[in-house]
Amino acid sequence: MKKVIEGSMAVAEAVKVCRPHVISAYPITPQTHIVENLSQFVADEELKAEFVNVESEFGAASVVLGASATGARAYSATTAQGLLLMVEVLFNIAGLRLPVVITCTNRAVSAPINIWNDQQDAMTIRDSGWIMLFAEDNQEAADMHLQAFKIGEHPEIMLPVMVNMDGFILTHAFEPIELLDQKVADEFLPPYKPELYLTTKNPLTFGILAEPDWYMETRYRLQKAIEASSDMIEEVADQFKKTFGRYQGGLVEKYRLDGAETVIVSMGSVVGTIKEVADELRDKGKKIGVLKIRAFRPFPKEAIYDALKNVKNVIVMEKAISLGATGILYDEIKAALYGRPNQPKVSGFIAGLGGRDIPKESIVKVIKKGETSEVDNLFVDLKEHLIGGK
Amino acid sequence: MAKDELTVEKKIKEKEEIVESLLTPGHKACSGCGLALAARTVMNTAGKDIIVTAATGCLEVFSTSYPHSAWKMPWIHSLFENSAAVAAGIEVALKALGREKEAKIIAQGGDGATADIGIGCLSGMFERGHNILYVCYDNEAYMNTGVQRSSLTPFEAWTSTSPSGKVSWGNPTEKKNMPAIAAAHGIPYVATASVAYLKDLEKKVKKALDIVGPKYLQIHAPCPLGWAHEPYDTIKVAKLAVQTGLIPLYEMENGVITSVRKIAKKAPVEEYLKLQGRFRHLFKKPGFEKELERIQAMADATIKKFNLM
Amino acid sequence: MTKPEGTVSKPGSSKEYKTGAWRTKRPIFKLLKCNDCRICVAVCPDGVVFGTNKKYWADLDYCKGCGICAEECPMKDIEMIVEVK
Repeated sequence: MKKVIEGSMAVAEAVKVCRPHVISAYPITPQTHIVENLSQFVADEELKAEFVNVESEFGAASVVLGASATGARAYSATTAQGLLLMVEVLFNIAGLRLPVVITCTNRAVSAPINIWNDQQDAMTIRDSGWIMLFAEDNQEAADMHLQAFKIGEHPEIMLPVMVNMDGFILTHAFEPIELLDQKVADEFLPPYKPELYLTTKNPLTFGILAEPDWYMETRYRLQKAIEASSDMIEEVADQFKKTFGRYQGGLVEKYRLDGAETVIVSMGSVVGTIKEVADELRDKGKKIGVLKIRAFRPFPKEAIYDALKNVKNVIVMEKAISLGATGILYDEIKAALYGRPNQPKVSGFIAGLGGRDIPKESIVKVIKKGETSEVDNLFVDLKEHLIGGK
Repeated sequence: MAKDELTVEKKIKEKEEIVESLLTPGHKACSGCGLALAARTVMNTAGKDIIVTAATGCLEVFSTSYPHSAWKMPWIHSLFENSAAVAAGIEVALKALGREKEAKIIAQGGDGATADIGIGCLSGMFERGHNILYVCYDNEAYMNTGVQRSSLTPFEAWTSTSPSGKVSWGNPTEKKNMPAIAAAHGIPYVATASVAYLKDLEKKVKKALDIVGPKYLQIHAPCPLGWAHEPYDTIKVAKLAVQTGLIPLYEMENGVITSVRKIAKKAPVEEYLKLQGRFRHLFKKPGFEKELERIQAMADATIKKFNLM
Repeated sequence: MTKPEGTVSKPGSSKEYKTGAWRTKRPIFKLLKCNDCRICVAVCPDGVVFGTNKKYWADLDYCKGCGICAEECPMKDIEMIVEVK
C-alpha cells in the first residue's frame, strides 16, 4: 500500500527497516528531516539503535567509523558543508573497508552560501573509494538504502556507500511511497556479520601505518573492490526487483534508447523532467532517449559505452563542475567513449546550480544546442544581465 | 642450536610468564621515549580486556608499521583529530550489540591531538557522557612532525615553530589548562600524572577505569628528541617538572580537587630547564635572568594554587 | 571489516622487528647490590627489562640502550657500557 509521505520520511522509514545499530548525525539543511525522523523512531523504540548527536559532521563520520569497526551497522546523513567537513573521515572509512551507509541530500557548496540543490558536494568525494549512488525519485531513494547496505556489506566488497538524493527537490517533496516491509527486508538484508572487527576475542590492529613498501597494494585492492562492486550493484538491483517488484536500474537506467539519435545523460531528480521531455519529443517523432547514471562510483564506463555507442549526439547535463576544467560527468562520459568505435559527439551542459530551476523548455533548448553543435561547459539559463551581458 | 641461543630462548619464554606486556617491544619509539613508557604502563595497568583507539602521532607511527603491530588488544587508529569520536562509536556499538561487558574503552592522543585539533571530538565525547578513559600523552609539542608548537607547549620553550631569536624567547604562551577544560564538562574524573611517578600513574588508571562515564588523564611524558635532553634523563626531567611545581599532579572528582601530590622539596626551575636544550636560550641570551624569574613565578603560583607544599 | 590484507596487523607482531640493533650502549646488570625494587623493570620504555629475585636482565634483542634503568637504579647496580658489535 502506498503512503503519501515526505522524501526524508521515506528515507527514514527505509533506514529503519535496515536496522542500523548506530546512527550519528549533525543537523544541516536539507538533511534534517531524515535524522529527526530517525531520532523519533529511536525515541519511540520503533527502531532499537543508538542515536548519537554529535558536535560536528566530522564527529558524526568518526562515530559511525568506530561503530562500524566494532561490527555494528552504522548510518549517517549529511550534505554540502557537512559533507566537506566529513571528507577526511570518508576517505578513512573507505580505506578501512567499513560498509557504512550515508545519505547525502545534495546541496550547493559555499561561497556564496546556498542551501538549495545541486550536486557539487558529492563530487568532492568521488576519489575517496565510496560507492556513490544517485536516486531519481523518493521511491528510488528509499529503496536504494536497503540495496546500499547489501552491496557494501558483501564480504567481497566491504565498502561504504553514499546514497545521493537531491536536496529539497526530493527530501522535502511529498510523493506516494511504497514502504518496505520489515519481514521481507530482513530476508533481503540479513544481519551484518563481519569477519574481522574490534573484539577482545581476536585483538587485531586496525588503521595501521603503511610505508611505501605496502601502501600501493592497499590502494590497488581498494580499486579492485570498487570495480567488483559493479556486478554487485546490478545483482542487488535484480534481487530487489525479484523481492519487491520494483526496478529503477542497476548501474544505469536506459530510457527510450531504442533507435535514439540523441541521448541526454544525467543523474538525480532532473532525470525525471528529462524523461518527460523525451516522451513529449518522442511523441513528435524525435528520436530522443535518456541515460540515467545511477552508480557514479564505480563509474559504469562499459554500460555507458554500450548504451551510447550507436547514438549521434550525447548531451551531458549536470549540476556540478570541476572549476577550471569541465563538467565532471561530461568529462568522464567522454573518457568512457574515447577511442572506441562509433563514438558519438558529446556536449556538456552545467545546469541547476544552487537550486536554479531546470524547466522543460530549458531541456528542449539544451537538446537543440547539443544536436546542432558540440559544446562543453555551457551554463544553462545564465542571467546575462547579471554577468555584464545584454 | 648453540647453547647460548637456547638460554636466550628459555629466558624469553620465562619472561613472557613474568610480564604480559600489552605494548610489545620491537616498536620504533626513540630510545628513552617517555610516551612509550607512559603508554606501556597505562595498557599493562588496564589489562587485556580493553579496546583502544589512538590519534595520529608518534604513538601510532612507532607502533603500527605494517605488517607489524606492537599492540596486543583490539586497537584502531583512524585520524589525527577523532580518537575520542571513534572511541565513542565503539562504545555505542558495544551497547547496541549487547557487548558492553566485553571491554573497557581507552582513547589515546598526544597533546596536539587532544588540546588542539581533536578538542572538538573530545569535548563531544565528554559532554555526551560516554564510558571512556581518554589518555592525553603530553610531550608538549608536535613531535611526530618535528617538534612544532602545540597549545600545551610550555612558556618560552623552543620549538621548531616557536624558535627563540632576536625578538623571541620561544613559545610566547603558557600551557593551555586542558584538565580544567575537561573538568568543566562536569565529567566524574580528571587527573594529571607523570612518567616520573609510575605507581601514582597506575593508581590513577585503575581508579579511572572503575568509574563509569568519561574520564580524562593527562600524562606528562618527556621527549628526549624534542626537549633535547639525554635519553637516560627522561625520568629525571619528568620528576623535576613535578618538583618545581610546573607540572602539578592532582585528581579532580566531579569538578573538585580531591588529591594533590605534595612536593617534598621544591626544586628551582633552573634545575629543570637547564637539563633541556629547548630552554638553552634562557641561559645565554642577555636579559635571561628576568625570564627565569617569570618562569619561577609561574611555578610558585601553581604551587600556591594547588597547595602543593 | 573483512579485508585484512594491508589494513590489519596481528597483535604483538612488532617483536619480529629487533630494535636491539639501534643500541650504542648496553646495560650490564651487576646484580651486586640489587634490592628487588623493580624500578628498572618499571621504567623501561620498551618493557624489555625482566627478572625476579635479585636477578634482572634486559632483552638485548630489543633494548635500545637508553640507560634509564641505569640512571634510575637506586643502588647504582646497573652500568651502561659501550656496545661492541
